[in-house]
Amino acid sequence: MALELELISPFELARDFVLAVQEYTLLSGQALANFFRRPLYMGDMLQQADLIGVGSLPIVVLTGLSVGALLALNSASTLQRFGGVTLIGQLVSLGMVTELGPLITGLMVAGRNASGMASELGSMIVTEQIDAMRALGTDPTKKLVTPRVGATAFMLFFLTIIADLLGLIGGYGVAHLLFGLDTQQYWTSVWQILVFRDVFTGLIKPVLFGFLIATVGCYYGMSTRGGTQGVGRSTTQAVVASSVLILVVDFFVTKLIFAIFGYR
Amino acid sequence: MSAPTLPSENPAVSVANPPGYALEFDNVSIAFDDKVVLDRISFRLSHGETKAIFGVAGSGKSTLLKLAIGLMPPDSGHIYVLGQEITGMTQAQLFEMRRRVGIVFQESALFDSLRVYENVAYRLMEEHISPEEVERRVREVLRFVELERTYDMFPSELSGGMRRRVAIARAIITEPEVLLYDSPTGGLDPVTSNTIIELIVKQRDVYKTSALLVTHRLQDAFTMATHQFNQKTNQMVALPKGQLCEVPMSFLMLRDSKVIFDGDAHQLATSRDDYIREYIS
Repeated sequence: MALELELISPFELARDFVLAVQEYTLLSGQALANFFRRPLYMGDMLQQADLIGVGSLPIVVLTGLSVGALLALNSASTLQRFGGVTLIGQLVSLGMVTELGPLITGLMVAGRNASGMASELGSMIVTEQIDAMRALGTDPTKKLVTPRVGATAFMLFFLTIIADLLGLIGGYGVAHLLFGLDTQQYWTSVWQILVFRDVFTGLIKPVLFGFLIATVGCYYGMSTRGGTQGVGRSTTQAVVASSVLILVVDFFVTKLIFAIFGYR
Repeated sequence: MSAPTLPSENPAVSVANPPGYALEFDNVSIAFDDKVVLDRISFRLSHGETKAIFGVAGSGKSTLLKLAIGLMPPDSGHIYVLGQEITGMTQAQLFEMRRRVGIVFQESALFDSLRVYENVAYRLMEEHISPEEVERRVREVLRFVELERTYDMFPSELSGGMRRRVAIARAIITEPEVLLYDSPTGGLDPVTSNTIIELIVKQRDVYKTSALLVTHRLQDAFTMATHQFNQKTNQMVALPKGQLCEVPMSFLMLRDSKVIFDGDAHQLATSRDDYIREYIS
């Protein structure tokens, strides 16, 4: 097969980008509006919650533990020089709850589920199953997109709490076993450093990330063109786009919360 | 050859046709990027009639079916389904209209994560019909397509012909007034093709369902034009030579985005157009 390289004009690229943003916005808006329209596919939502939430639990547990332990390990070596090992708990607590917990859980679920959604819906597009669904009188955004959006936002919230807790346990393991920090001292500092704003930040982010992961995954799935190769392309793009969007949105949400509540 | 019986054969559906047309295309055009696929297409499908659509690959036959069920809007022109103009309908109105129209896709388009009975019962389950009623009707319609044994199977466990018959079962379970078949015999062996054609003929002659049938296989359309379903013997039988035009069957041929023929079997067989003569020879 001959390899053909086609040059695309910047105007065309810009037009395609604007069109993609418009279609993504419309799909996201529809997915949200469907929560207030009947029928609400609760069965599908529960099934997705099981797939996304329970299915992602092992990787979230492992990454939560690892990141918490690594955070403690890396910070401890620096803190030790200033005799501040007792501050490990505070550092792990703030880092995990406000930033790393939501972020790593979001990225892990994006890698696992945005790709899954894009490939599943993409396959349904290329085999005309989505057309069949519409022909059978069912709105695919109601039946397929909205349950995924609801389930991902809902489950990511709880997965983040689990990741936060596991991160703190990982940090405790390192602090206690390697640096001899007292158990009560660690957990007291973990608890005392947190204020409402930190917990609020840490719990609002996963809901936004969940929405992003599901809408981006579904958007790339629903806009798949070009057979099995197209499904592969959509899957890759969904993971890349959702991961990048998570990082970008994370920055702006953090900035916004700082603007509202002020710096610590 | 005999076709299985559908126990709830409902004579009510085969009473006099309502006025107007089952389907009407009026100067319909559609283009993808810069390529014109259908150019000012006009035709009518009467109630109870089956119209076979011919054309080479890429001539817009499948697009025409998707336009008819509102899966894509035309660039210009008007489409009327069961007397209602569908161009300009909202999505909600289109979903309502589709309850009266069934479609069998080219590659069956069965939901591969659902079992055969869930596929066939899909529409009924969406309408929250009682599970007992759903099971009764699914078994009935699967018996009609001779696939009751596949009730619990997944589409991936079926052959191409079986999948096509399940797709027909899914399309007819709600007794739609219009059926759209997209190459229902494409890629199948002659025996299986004949079984499917017999099901379509039965649907036409017993239930008087109006239908558009896209096909590459001329012999299938001619079988439909020369055969009739006999309810007494439950078989498709050949018509006597002098009665060939007595079945509600017509033909439409597309070429270069336009309709070049729209008429009955006799008109098609006696056409003087070189392209048509070559196509049917």
